[in-house]
Amino acid sequence: MTEALRPKTLEEALALRAAHPEATVLAGGTDLMVGVNFGRAEPACLLDLSRLGELTAWARDDNCISVGAGVTFSRISAELDDLTALAEAASTVGSPQIRNRATLGGNIVTASPAGDGIAALAAYDASIVVARHARADRRIPWDEFFLGPKQTALADDELVVAAEWEPVDGPGTFAKVGPRSAMVIAVASICVQLDEQAHDVRIALGSVGPTVLRATRAEQLVTQLDWNDLDERALQEAGALAAADVQPIDDLRGTAAYRRRAVEVLVRRALAWTLAARGKVAA
Amino acid sequence: MNAVTGRPGRVGESARRIDGAPKTTGEYVYGGDLSAPWMLWGGTLRSPHAAARIRSIDTSEAVGAPGVHAVLTAADVPGRPTFGLEIADQPVLASDEVRYEGEAVALVAADRPERARAALRLIRVEYELLEPLVDMELALDPAARPLHAFGNVLRHVHIARGDLDAAAADVWVSGFYETGMQDQAPLGPEGGLAVPASDGGVDLYVATQWLHVDRQQIAPCLGLPEELVRVTLAGVGGAFGSREDVSVQIHACLLALRTGRPVKMSYGREESFHGHVHRHPSRTWIRYGATRDGKLVAADVRLLLDGGAYASSSPAVLANASTFAAGPYEVPNVRIEGTVVYTNNPPCGAMRGFGAPQVCFAYEAAMDELAEALRLSPLELRLRNVVGHGSALPTGQVLTGSAPVREVIERCRAIPLPPREPPLGRDPLDYPGGAGRANRGEHIRRGVGFAVGFKNVAYSEGFDDAAEATVILSDAPNGPIAAVRTAAVDYGQGLYTVLAQIVRTELGVEDVIVHPATTESGSAGSTSASRQTTMTGGAVLEACRAVRAELAARGGDLTGGPISCTREFHHRPTDQLDAEGQGDIHVSFAFTAQRAVVDVDTELGLVRVVQIAAAQDIGHTINPLGAEGQVEGGTAMGIGYALMEEIQVEAGLIRNPSFTDYLVPTALDVPPIVVDFVEEPEPGAPYGVKGIGELSTVVAAPAIVAALRHATGRTLTRLPVRPDDLLGLRPDSTAHPRAPVPDVPGQQPVPEYAGLELGQQELMKGHE
Amino acid sequence: MIVHLTVDGTTHIVDVDPLRSLATLLRDELGVIAVKNGCEQGECGSCTVWLDDELVCSCLVPAVQADGASVRTAASLANGGLDTVQEAFLDAGAVQCGYCIPGFVVTVADLLERDPHPSEHAVRDALSGNVCRCTGYRKIFAATRLAEARRP
Repeated sequence: MTEALRPKTLEEALALRAAHPEATVLAGGTDLMVGVNFGRAEPACLLDLSRLGELTAWARDDNCISVGAGVTFSRISAELDDLTALAEAASTVGSPQIRNRATLGGNIVTASPAGDGIAALAAYDASIVVARHARADRRIPWDEFFLGPKQTALADDELVVAAEWEPVDGPGTFAKVGPRSAMVIAVASICVQLDEQAHDVRIALGSVGPTVLRATRAEQLVTQLDWNDLDERALQEAGALAAADVQPIDDLRGTAAYRRRAVEVLVRRALAWTLAARGKVAA
Repeated sequence: MNAVTGRPGRVGESARRIDGAPKTTGEYVYGGDLSAPWMLWGGTLRSPHAAARIRSIDTSEAVGAPGVHAVLTAADVPGRPTFGLEIADQPVLASDEVRYEGEAVALVAADRPERARAALRLIRVEYELLEPLVDMELALDPAARPLHAFGNVLRHVHIARGDLDAAAADVWVSGFYETGMQDQAPLGPEGGLAVPASDGGVDLYVATQWLHVDRQQIAPCLGLPEELVRVTLAGVGGAFGSREDVSVQIHACLLALRTGRPVKMSYGREESFHGHVHRHPSRTWIRYGATRDGKLVAADVRLLLDGGAYASSSPAVLANASTFAAGPYEVPNVRIEGTVVYTNNPPCGAMRGFGAPQVCFAYEAAMDELAEALRLSPLELRLRNVVGHGSALPTGQVLTGSAPVREVIERCRAIPLPPREPPLGRDPLDYPGGAGRANRGEHIRRGVGFAVGFKNVAYSEGFDDAAEATVILSDAPNGPIAAVRTAAVDYGQGLYTVLAQIVRTELGVEDVIVHPATTESGSAGSTSASRQTTMTGGAVLEACRAVRAELAARGGDLTGGPISCTREFHHRPTDQLDAEGQGDIHVSFAFTAQRAVVDVDTELGLVRVVQIAAAQDIGHTINPLGAEGQVEGGTAMGIGYALMEEIQVEAGLIRNPSFTDYLVPTALDVPPIVVDFVEEPEPGAPYGVKGIGELSTVVAAPAIVAALRHATGRTLTRLPVRPDDLLGLRPDSTAHPRAPVPDVPGQQPVPEYAGLELGQQELMKGHE
Repeated sequence: MIVHLTVDGTTHIVDVDPLRSLATLLRDELGVIAVKNGCEQGECGSCTVWLDDELVCSCLVPAVQADGASVRTAASLANGGLDTVQEAFLDAGAVQCGYCIPGFVVTVADLLERDPHPSEHAVRDALSGNVCRCTGYRKIFAATRLAEARRP
């Protein structure tokens, strides 16, 4: 029988984590239980974080937005709906039943290249806040945290407690493609966030590489544009640059060729949507 | 079990389901919900390989594991070692060789489900891997490794009519079409409970489609006479053909008899994918010739079905596919060569449509090509060629029943197109891609496509699949009540409600009870082939009339005791195919036409089905609401077949045995479906009814793909259509040289003349 | 581990593995068959229940997280007779094999409790996590609107 550790406070959880580096960490359960139910995962020791009030809060001020690892996607959609990119991503995760359980922290630790929440964090240039017993928290930039499919920089004795980022002033959006109209794991996804003050754009792409990626060359191109004088050809070029830079694979959910094509189109569209939304949305 | 009582509702009215209330509260007991005191849990060890010899099986560790009461291998099967619907070619438990991934190798019974699973992992099987034979064309090669002693050609059907070589066509079109392996994916996985009886027999409660053919396969394997195997229907969570073959039945009984305790077996979703047959993948080469004024003069078809490792109902599926392969059209010169082969892929068998959907995809695509070549509208070409009453099919069979095909097409055409929508600013769910929000009005092309299809009702090729039913009229304090005893299965399609409607109508009673289906009643035949409203409905109707006559003879007085009448309904006899594929082999036919409207995001290859318009020939409507539900549900399954559903098999291994990766349509994938019924009574059927369950699944995918071709201009020769196909990223199927016609001596499944024992044919012959 | 939970008003104490899914705990240990197992991956919604008034797929809830919780199933809606949603499903012809129906009934009841007059978008979003293989969903949408209209 699996041993279950059930801390009630973060401090207790970190102490247990330090004492049980082999334990499997449980948040909303929506990823772990898929493996357990099919006999693919049989953890001997379980660290259940669902009772930690510290992880289920979000906070925001002028300098920082912080979302606890235990905040569910349903709550993100409902309570942080002005963070358009994140809220749209959250609303496309699984089904309503899944979104009621699945947490941002679970999405982060699972570290799937298709993680919808991760794409939004990449577009926000977020850091993952990692805690360890009797040590100061680490803030790991997202691109140093996600190392590969299901691989992260999280140490065995650490817990993800939050994601945080600087507020960005400008429109954002999220979109993903898959073979049916609901409940799809992204075959390719995109999250775009404009930064009006810095005249900057972030383009995050999911399911087209070993981790969520940023389309750096496309971003640079768009940064150089005059956003008040939209140039369709430049957007096409941005799409082509992004498509050239991704590293998609063939798997049973989609082909590399399709993913590359989808990136080209999604980049162009999401840029057009966000650029057109300027002045209409404050996020 | 679930006995059901119903509220009023007569023939022609939208009666509420008589088994509906407990289904909404969760009290209805499905096969996987069963339990009994002292019950053990059974588990199945399955082959992880598509092709291997079994060198050894070591169960010693599992036998000693906690809570384990029995571990069984092939050596523990007391009776016949094999089973099968038509041909008993599948081992109950593999002994020397496994022929597909998922083949059962050993069984365990334990006191708890997790202990049964743990014990399965302790069984050591040593395999010697063989090169799996996984391509259906390679299986035709006489040099290919034979998977069964008699070779890899399970059946070949040859149909020749007129003189194809002399056909004077002005225009020829030809095409090559492929379809994927679809899963029935009923929501309720397989489940049942076997209880050993004091008389040495066993009582089995199980979700199935035909109690008697289950028993006929179970009893010989147990080494018991049939009367000691009593089968009772548990609640059935959908079937669609997947429960036509046995799954847990023999295994649960073996474990129960061995342990002397009730044994429950219920599959999870992954095991379900391995534990039932699927829809045959197909390759079809088709060539139509027509005159310049649009009259078909020739059809030349070769089709190949991948039967997988065991026969299941493949011979009958092939007969259907072959006899329908030239379409519901009058064609004077026809040659059809159909073959089904054994491979090391998962076994295929019955699924809604039973051979008709694969060929409909091919012949309707070819008809659209022909229409284009002739510069005719697709509908006009069909109207010039469709069969009608008195027409002859390629088998020479003359349509003696109702065949309102022209009316079906006209009524489909008359259904209004969907209302216009603003190009921009819609709800994101109203664009291709739906909840993914990838489209806000960009690059959408609308397409409209039609398809016409047909299918037989009831069993063919000389089978007398009779149905028995008993109707009992009794006196009760609040007036007479009626009860129906039948072994017929209602797996959700609404048969029991229909039977109650018939009884209410014929006997004028309000309260009707349908008793649980058991083998204590005579066989009602399978709930498949769109046959039960005709067959068991017919038996109930005749029994009601006998009850009425008896009541009249008693002067309308029931005080002398209940009146019970049992009747057996037979459809008209049919023939077998002769050497040239000629014969009156099908009982009757039903026809349908659908029009699909789609929006395609031509940059992302995303599809939104906007509307389906369906007109269907149903003879006479018993329950309008239920009939609509059949068309809507069948259409949804066709949407899945067209756009997303495919068991992906690589080197014989299923890569997506889960609902995470085998995608079925969600509520957001199914558009409004406008249904119109054409009612022209079928002679010889009760009230003139026709079966309705399968037809929409036959035509929905061809109609949708026609609409996709219209929207994109692409050829689209493969089902399901993937985004890559819509973007031109994957080339169309390449026509290999036409599959050779195998050298087999006749129209029958090979094993019959190879001397193997037959399955359901035995049952049929027992009735002769 | 020992898990305490209330199911449709009845308190249970069971000894199970903490990773046992709530769905199989309810079905196999407690005999609660109003919860159906359809996929074990949260993809079909057949096992939908309320867990402390929140809609969840019980197959994805480990027993350890159900400890101390209150679970409500479709059975809880019927008090003596069927409730509005259940009646609407029958009258609209939304039930065929019925395997998905307890999950759908809970989902629709949850939607109408939170949003008595949901928009078309809200209805479609709410029903997107429950798979039905028989009906093609059209009559389930109709049942939802019928229940909405009939609710007191």
